[in-house]
Amino acid sequence: MAYGLLIDYEFCTGCQSCEVACKEEHGIPVGQWGIRLLDDGPWKCSDGKYNWNKIPVPTRLCDLCEDRTSKGKQPFCVHHCLAGVMQYGTVEELAKELELKPNQVLFVPQPYHYG
Amino acid sequence: MVLFKGQGTADLGKPWRYEEDGLTVTRGCAWSPPGCHPTGCGIKVYTNKEGQLVKIEGDENHPITNGRLCVRCLTIRDYVYHPDRIRYPMKRAREDRGKNRWERITWDEAYDIIVEKCNEAKEKWGADSILVIGGTGREGGPMLPAYAHSALGTPNDCYTQSGYSCYIPRVAGTTYVLGATYPEMDYAGAYELRYDEPTWQLPALIVYWGKIPTASNGDGLFGHAAIDMMRRGSKLMCIDPRVTWSCTRADWHLQLRPGTDAALGMAMLNVIISEELYDKDFVDRWTYGFEQLAERVGTMSVEQAAEICDLDPDDIREAARAYATLKPAQIAWGLAIDQKRNGMQAGHCILALEAITGNIDVPGGQLIGDVNDGLELGFGWNNLGPELQSKIVGIREYPAYVALVLAAQCDMVLDLLEEGDYFHVMMIEDTNLLAGTCAAQPHRWHDAFANVDFCFGVDVWLTPTIQSCCEVFLPLSTTVEHDTVVYSHYGASPIMAGAVNKCLEVGEGKGDCEIMYDLGCRLMPINYARFKDYYDFLEFYRLGYSQTFEEIRDEVVHQKIETLGYKKYETGHLRMDGKPGFNTPTGRIELYSTMFQQFGEDPLPYYIEPNYSPLNTPELMEQYPFVLTTGARTYCYFHSEGKQIPYLREMNPDPLIEINPEDALKYGIADGQWVKVNSPHGSGPFDGAIVLKAKVSQIVKPGVVHAQHGFWFPEKDSEEPVLYDVWRSNINDLIPHFMVGKLGFGADFKCMICSVEPINENYDTDMQEIWDRFGKLVIE
Repeated sequence: MAYGLLIDYEFCTGCQSCEVACKEEHGIPVGQWGIRLLDDGPWKCSDGKYNWNKIPVPTRLCDLCEDRTSKGKQPFCVHHCLAGVMQYGTVEELAKELELKPNQVLFVPQPYHYG
Repeated sequence: MVLFKGQGTADLGKPWRYEEDGLTVTRGCAWSPPGCHPTGCGIKVYTNKEGQLVKIEGDENHPITNGRLCVRCLTIRDYVYHPDRIRYPMKRAREDRGKNRWERITWDEAYDIIVEKCNEAKEKWGADSILVIGGTGREGGPMLPAYAHSALGTPNDCYTQSGYSCYIPRVAGTTYVLGATYPEMDYAGAYELRYDEPTWQLPALIVYWGKIPTASNGDGLFGHAAIDMMRRGSKLMCIDPRVTWSCTRADWHLQLRPGTDAALGMAMLNVIISEELYDKDFVDRWTYGFEQLAERVGTMSVEQAAEICDLDPDDIREAARAYATLKPAQIAWGLAIDQKRNGMQAGHCILALEAITGNIDVPGGQLIGDVNDGLELGFGWNNLGPELQSKIVGIREYPAYVALVLAAQCDMVLDLLEEGDYFHVMMIEDTNLLAGTCAAQPHRWHDAFANVDFCFGVDVWLTPTIQSCCEVFLPLSTTVEHDTVVYSHYGASPIMAGAVNKCLEVGEGKGDCEIMYDLGCRLMPINYARFKDYYDFLEFYRLGYSQTFEEIRDEVVHQKIETLGYKKYETGHLRMDGKPGFNTPTGRIELYSTMFQQFGEDPLPYYIEPNYSPLNTPELMEQYPFVLTTGARTYCYFHSEGKQIPYLREMNPDPLIEINPEDALKYGIADGQWVKVNSPHGSGPFDGAIVLKAKVSQIVKPGVVHAQHGFWFPEKDSEEPVLYDVWRSNINDLIPHFMVGKLGFGADFKCMICSVEPINENYDTDMQEIWDRFGKLVIE
């Protein structure tokens, strides 16, 4: 079964708790990340309103906190998300969540290696 | 309970301490250090058999934070075991100030030195020659008056930020007008069912006015509660000169010119009153001076306000109508209101808006504490006696300030320090004021400290402030190393009290409450001899003997449902005499304030320009073409704290100045380029200027720049004159001293003017250096 992270980026405030929680849990040094906040904005649209989305993106280091989830715990980033906008689950469950609300994104990360 | 879908649930229902996989897990509420306001977020602290901290995780049992944590608590382990942390008391000779010639001593020796110096000062110059200065947020912040009055026996405690420009101007204004301290936005914090509680109502509208609650958690408000409520359907309005992320999720954003809030507030009141959108019943029964207020705000037309605030008049009208008609509505008004010489009048307007729309003390509106809630003010004051009480600095000149918060007027304190031969002993508790946090012209404070014979500091770190002037260093323990109690909103509104539980020991640090208790027992037994031990004192001081520490420890979080109530003005719970009404001279919310009048201030709101502004000082705008606002909150830092924690530093390595792309082009500034910034009061190291790193962004309008505050560089040489490079990027050295409001409150930290000029030098932080220096923890 495939597992993923669902993120409601409409309400992601950009607090970066996910980034730092991940670094603490996995001992990742500065300059590297297991999940990283991408920051798009603010820039003004023609209607005078601003676009600003902050989207945490899992990196190639993300293993979805296998150690924790196998014990029934949330991945460390999900557990600490201040806005509570992250969900962990099977792709099947999360796909249903995607239908319930727009402006969400589903990631299905898995550590990958080339070469 | 489960508040949102991603919430952790694995440890729901666990007791305050339990075992898991060979580790001991202790639940508790975090306060400080690290620096933060008393939000009391829930933490689970994992320790091993050796008593070492293994990890920190958010506690899903906490009814408000539900397992969520910000980066400052997530990195507690890096803080606790940081190689630069000071773990033992130290002393050095007077002539070694600014030098790393510290010597480890015992607590007893440290206390003996302090007691001797304090007693000597009392004998030679009187107890008022002892000065206690303190900072904000940390547990020691609200203890500032108690440290001075109850423990050291001096009337002179001082929060050093010109005009006490932080929270207290708001509290003073609400005390005069409303008869209660700051009315917090109601987010159902005291209810077990939280947002599902039937007596509570979801706010139809949340207003952020000069505040970023998500990052600041100001005064213990859990800022992300606003996000919880928005996800349940609350609408958002932002009044902010910057386009913060929240502004992009708001239906109304008034991007006003910094420092013009009172004009906007008057115009909004004008719209609501002239269009008769106010709550007539509430106004008739519970307010005083409505007609006079109506007449006064009638002098501020929407068009005039729009001109002053640099806004579209229709946007002001729409916002006013939305606020008046969406019920209930709640306003989170922030530090920006305090940081202007007539910020109190802006606060008066906001309070009037809340009152005339009937949003005071209703579910989902503004929550106020009952008569028994409030700040821990007054401990030890009476025992000083009338003679010493009369020697608190500024009591004659600024009674509205000094008598209300029992703190010396800070601008006068700097003048006295500079004159010399006034203060002979100084305690520095939980403040790093030299690092551009809570002082205007920190350079002047630094130089004036040389006039004090003996200084001692309480902190976790050898800050530039302590390094510059102290003879004795007392090491603080962190929030996981001591037993104490945290209470949201400084106890000012009934949400919760929480146990801060001791889980481990590192070195010989002690908590602020214990240090105050120890000093008090030695210096002021009149206040302390009656307590049988520290816990007895704690139960008096923090819990008012309503609970024992053991009881709250077992409970971890005590939601204060017993004192929660709405419309308390009807039940008599707001007044000592038990009569209905508000705790003001007239028993009503004083839209026309008899207290302001009594203090010689205008009883009605009015607008004045910032001291320096395009309208007030047009002749200076060629040389200083930008309106400067400072000090916006970030997630990674609590003011000057966190600069030595690698994961936090990485989020914001260098002090930034935000500048609009149009201005950047005009002045030849590239994104990421370093710039020289100066003001008419600049006292920085570059011919008065300081250097900051440009962030070119539409977050600010053309003509406005925002500069970050609180920077020092713990990786740099700690000795004088380098002093961790604390002057290089110190924005507060551009802010004037003693240009405050009539009552002594408010200084223009957020509405100054400045010049910005690109330079070729590069001061970028080397994150590898930070990692190499600070990434290796020292675990004992």
